Amino acid sequence: MTPIAAKEKNDFLPAVRLFAKTRGEGDPAWFAGLRQLAAARAEELELPTTRDEEWKYTNIAPILKTPFRQVFDLQLNGLREKDLTPYLIDETRGSRLVFVNGLYSPELSDASNVSAGVAIGNLGAIPETLSGQLHKHLGAYADYGKQAFTALNTAMLGDGAYVHIRAGQVIEQPIHLLFVSSAAEAATVSHPRVLLIAERGSMATVIESYFAAGENRYFTNAVTEVFAAEGASIEHYRLQEESDRAFHIGTTHVHQERESIYRSCAISIGAELSRHALNVALTDEFTETVIDGLYVVAGRQHVDNHTVLDHRKPHGTSRQLYKGILDDSARAVFNGAVFVREGALLTDSRQLNKNLLLSSESRVDTKPQLEIFADDVKCAHGATVGQLESDELFYLASRGIGAEQARALLTYGFAEDVISKIRLRSVRRQLDRMVLEKLHQNLEVN
Amino acid sequence: MSTIEALANREYKYGFVTDIEMEVIPRGLNEDIVRMISAKKNEPEWLLEWRLKAFRHWLKMEEPAWANVHYPKIDYQDIIYYSAPKPRELKKSLDEVDPALLDTFEKLGIPLTEQKMLAGVAVDAIFDSVSVATTFKDKLAREGVIFCSFSEAVHQYPEIVKKYLGSVVPATDNYFAALNSAVFSDGSFCFIPKGVRSPLELSSYFRINNSESGQFERTLIVAEEGAYVSYLEGCTAPKFDKNQLHAAVVELVALDDAEIKYSTVQNWYAGDEEGRGGIYNFVTKRGKCQGRNSKISWTQVETGSAITWKYPSCILMGDNSIGEFYSVALTNHYQQADTGTKMIHIGKNTRSRIISKGISAGRSNNSYRGLVKILPKAEGARNYSQCDSLLIGSHCGANTFPYIEVGNNTARVEHEASTSKISEEQIFYFNQRGISTEDAVSMIINGFCKEVFRELPMEFAVEATRLLGLKLEGSVG
Repeated sequence: MTPIAAKEKNDFLPAVRLFAKTRGEGDPAWFAGLRQLAAARAEELELPTTRDEEWKYTNIAPILKTPFRQVFDLQLNGLREKDLTPYLIDETRGSRLVFVNGLYSPELSDASNVSAGVAIGNLGAIPETLSGQLHKHLGAYADYGKQAFTALNTAMLGDGAYVHIRAGQVIEQPIHLLFVSSAAEAATVSHPRVLLIAERGSMATVIESYFAAGENRYFTNAVTEVFAAEGASIEHYRLQEESDRAFHIGTTHVHQERESIYRSCAISIGAELSRHALNVALTDEFTETVIDGLYVVAGRQHVDNHTVLDHRKPHGTSRQLYKGILDDSARAVFNGAVFVREGALLTDSRQLNKNLLLSSESRVDTKPQLEIFADDVKCAHGATVGQLESDELFYLASRGIGAEQARALLTYGFAEDVISKIRLRSVRRQLDRMVLEKLHQNLEVN
Repeated sequence: MSTIEALANREYKYGFVTDIEMEVIPRGLNEDIVRMISAKKNEPEWLLEWRLKAFRHWLKMEEPAWANVHYPKIDYQDIIYYSAPKPRELKKSLDEVDPALLDTFEKLGIPLTEQKMLAGVAVDAIFDSVSVATTFKDKLAREGVIFCSFSEAVHQYPEIVKKYLGSVVPATDNYFAALNSAVFSDGSFCFIPKGVRSPLELSSYFRINNSESGQFERTLIVAEEGAYVSYLEGCTAPKFDKNQLHAAVVELVALDDAEIKYSTVQNWYAGDEEGRGGIYNFVTKRGKCQGRNSKISWTQVETGSAITWKYPSCILMGDNSIGEFYSVALTNHYQQADTGTKMIHIGKNTRSRIISKGISAGRSNNSYRGLVKILPKAEGARNYSQCDSLLIGSHCGANTFPYIEVGNNTARVEHEASTSKISEEQIFYFNQRGISTEDAVSMIINGFCKEVFRELPMEFAVEATRLLGLKLEGSVG
């Protein structure tokens, strides 16, 4: 495997240069300024290769080999609301934003039922009243100075989603952000951006979905920033159901303040090559973090999950459960780092990564990682790789359940550990369906 | 502060220097030095060629920087690569070994004279660059076991050396292995022929004496079909303000049904309380389970060295072969340790087990780094790893970097790690039963390390327990 000299291969730069010219006028000065800074970094930074420790097991060469076209104007390509139906979530009716190939679609979006305590909308058209709030947080957590893909995304700042929850507001209805890639002749690239701000003592649930209408090849380079102010509580779901030929690089940066709660569940089912990096900074005392994940891959899919939990202050609690199911010649990578900084006493952190290999060609590379610089802490991690237990299969067989059905039950049960923790019924149902479909299994589940 | 802290700060009792006339070569490293070392040892042409090849390759390599350790750049031209006590005459028996050397080893608790030798343990004593004595050689020879210094083996058993040298750790394996291959001076050689169970525990004792020299020894152990050997390694060095480099290579080869048990108690000088001086211990240790049903077991107690950078590994080639790694790594003051193991599963039904216990105190930094790799052909492979860390004090660090690469779905791999400290409740419980804090801590630490200690040969287990107690004196309170 020869790492590609990324510099010459960075085909995204011409689009970045062109993009700056197409926008500018309407954007607030700080917004355009941020884009400019990031564009300068994007020119300098090299795309990662397998020589970088963080990318050791994920080779992005297939992405670099494909020429991608940047879409500058919204084209629905015949996409209609009914095409979205399988991905819609009942609980979020009238509270959704839709982006097509990275561009905001007012036609498909429906914010008719959004409560007064929250403002949602397009980053490409920030209202005057919110400009100050968003300015404080946009680009403050996702470091475009070091990560090439984040720099690219930030350099392409335009359309995107913002969610701003006002102090003390409890938002009952979950908010759904959908990022659709629609069929186009040539492979397209999009750089979706999400900014989620929960002010003091507020509470909300946000779902991010990435999927495609059609089986086309495209590249999604998504960046999400989450800010949880003191006492805020956020539930965050990320459903990656891209087309089987897509590439998906996603990065989520979370900044937690005192006594805030962040719960997330990241699902990776689609894409030929996908990666999600979740970085959570626990910047003050008494924070609580729960990050779960599930990846189900088959065929020749490659999925990579990188998580970082950075305990910087005392009394932080974190729980992490990532499970993976691999079939055919799929490959999965998990890298979960937990840092406990000097002085972050009474940190309590637990992490578990479990992998189920269903076929002999599948492959897992997992690396849980602890770096601890404080003594009065409780930290544990674990990782397992295995197959279905023969005694469990035997138990089911002895109860008259056929081998095929038994395998389906046990595999489903393995995934259910994560899925059952999701609080939204429609999301659970959607996932049940997708997981079973993926594994070509039929099982009646409720 | 108090008891545990007081415990940890006791003097390093092996820190004396032996005043003896030494034969040294000029400092620095180039082809002439490599030739000079080879000539000093009167080596055959093939070995010189092998060294030169390694040296030329080394020149092209870069010093690795991925380990979680930090140290000023090493000046490889400022090291003396060969230093030996001046030979008096060719020594035929121990009576001819310089009494000053015998005294040195006696002081270290390794008597070499026949009357005082440890019963049941054959010792190869290595002083700076050369082996000064090997005990119980005759008794071993009667069983067919060859145990001698590496240089002697090169002359007497060139065929065996030639066959296995570099077969596990190639000369070009890594930066420090290549350096060692170019300039290695001496080391131990063990060969246990087919079907023989070594009647004695074999052991090497390494001593660095010269403040300017590095130590580059090379150990090769070969266990033929059905053979068994238990090998122990110990090491100490005087206290110097300067850092010294120790870059050793150990190769183990186990053929069908053979078993090698390799135990180390590493107590090189660790530097003083401010982190001045101490040994850089950059070692490549690797065992190859070449035959079916073979077994290699590494047990290490790492308490010394300013910096430890080593990963005793097992290549599990033979079907049903077993690799084990038991480790206790203790760091205090400014010590840094980045240690762990690699288990490469190639054969069918291969099994490996990793138990690692890290204890950090003071301002030290202790990392476990390990790789468990299951290749696609390794049907039914099994691994269990457990890495626990204990932190004493709030300025030290404990890290875990386990890499798990699974390419076969019949494999079963489990990894667990935890980090904790000795809690006040635990101490309180002991105190309440009339046990002093100091004893309580020492009991808790011994309990923490028990799984590893019970793998050590008896004499070593006692030594290790005592060592931990000494090292930690005063670091808890």
